[in-house]
Amino acid sequence: MSALFDVVVAGAGPGGIATATVAAEAGLRVCVVDGNVAAGGQIWRGHTADKDGSLAGRWLARLHAAGCTVWQGANVVAAPAERVLRVEGAEGVRDVEWGKLILAAGARERFLPFPGWTLPGVMGVGAAQAFLKAGLEVNERRAVVAGSGPLLLAVAAGLHGKGAKVAAVCEQAPLARLMKFGAGLWRHPEKLIEGLQYQVGAGFAPYRAGCWVVRAEGRERVERVVLTDGRRQWSVACDLLACGFHLVPNLELALLLGCEVEDGVVRVDARQMSSLEEVFCVGEMTGVGGVGKALVEGEIAGWAVVGNAQRVAASQRERVKQMEFARRLDEAFALREELKKLPRPETLVCRCEDVVHKALCTRAGWRDAKLHTRAGMGACQGRVCGAAAEFLFGWEVRDKRPPLFPASVLAMAADVEEGKS
Amino acid sequence: MQSVTNLIELTINGRLVRVAQGTSIAAAILMAREATRVSPSGEARAPFCGMGICMECRATVNGVAQQVTCQRLCEAGMEVTTA
Repeated sequence: MSALFDVVVAGAGPGGIATATVAAEAGLRVCVVDGNVAAGGQIWRGHTADKDGSLAGRWLARLHAAGCTVWQGANVVAAPAERVLRVEGAEGVRDVEWGKLILAAGARERFLPFPGWTLPGVMGVGAAQAFLKAGLEVNERRAVVAGSGPLLLAVAAGLHGKGAKVAAVCEQAPLARLMKFGAGLWRHPEKLIEGLQYQVGAGFAPYRAGCWVVRAEGRERVERVVLTDGRRQWSVACDLLACGFHLVPNLELALLLGCEVEDGVVRVDARQMSSLEEVFCVGEMTGVGGVGKALVEGEIAGWAVVGNAQRVAASQRERVKQMEFARRLDEAFALREELKKLPRPETLVCRCEDVVHKALCTRAGWRDAKLHTRAGMGACQGRVCGAAAEFLFGWEVRDKRPPLFPASVLAMAADVEEGKS
Repeated sequence: MQSVTNLIELTINGRLVRVAQGTSIAAAILMAREATRVSPSGEARAPFCGMGICMECRATVNGVAQQVTCQRLCEAGMEVTTA
């Protein structure tokens, strides 16, 4: 049995929320499927509807008032038939049939392997933020924040605010590129202000551009991290290392369905429609650009599915501006070549199956690597090492086989609607 | 350092811990400094990505194995067991 909806939205971050809200307010039957415990995505994690009159609170309130069906803690694991998604969550396995489908799966952090990156106490940058929002107390802990991307300062500020001593913030991108990026922000004054707030707050920690982690060291957990600026190396004591290299779009569902992907993002038209009829895509999946981009794209997709061409047209200027911002982000935080040299021959690249660098670097490509080494075959299904392998070895990593998330046997065996399998 | 929070009690590997309401199980495991899983080569691992993709935080919750603990909140009386 499958439930039938006019619109199914996969992902309840800002983009998915905007589409679902616009479509439901226009009277369509909308179902939102989301893996987290509450709507909001990573960026609005922990926000509740209307709590503080914030942007997040206002959108969440609108979503809830619009009368959508929202399934939290539920992941799309497969697409068993035409226009049907299979969803597994706390309520078991359900199939949902869509008239229009919105992909809003967001992005994940890009992790790169370096010696010691699997030690307890090492986590992602976005991860540190997610854990802080999920109740992690860091009082008196000594933290280093490293990697790349605009999240670094925000997370350092967050850690500091919760009582951690932030010993260093290291951005791999060179200062000159960051200055150029900053100078271009005059077109996005709201982002400039946000950045300045973090800068002011960041007076507590030395922020260094053109600087990155060489290795993490410790016996049972991280005790210190070795940093470099390419000329010299130094060691900083810490018991929490947050290290992540900007974001990569979650493309699994788009690839599974067969949406065209170009330069690592889902190709969409001005209505946010992908190469597949009636399948729309919004937010980070079409280019990593943050909340503003996700919201305008989400609204456009919402207006498109309700057939309001006027509103779609009216939002094009903002859409183009946000796409330009995403492009500038990519350019500013592009990864330096030196990071490819961080893993030693025995450094693990695949954390699930413990596959070392030397076993991978001689393989012909991702498929070859998976067949011979089990890299990417573990529980994360290559979500971590796949993005690393793309950068380290220049492979094209495009996995699209169900289940998209570890699923129960029941989920894979369940009967789909009669006559459709 | 929350001043007005409801604390709830659960056990992690038999040890009683108190966390604020709204704390994810993974965050509780991190604060308890417990490892979550042992990798194929024998490394102890801890929650890593915080958003349900890396699967390092899997643990047994109330007897149900392989739960992605960063995607679930602590509940009073919960029993969490890690490898």
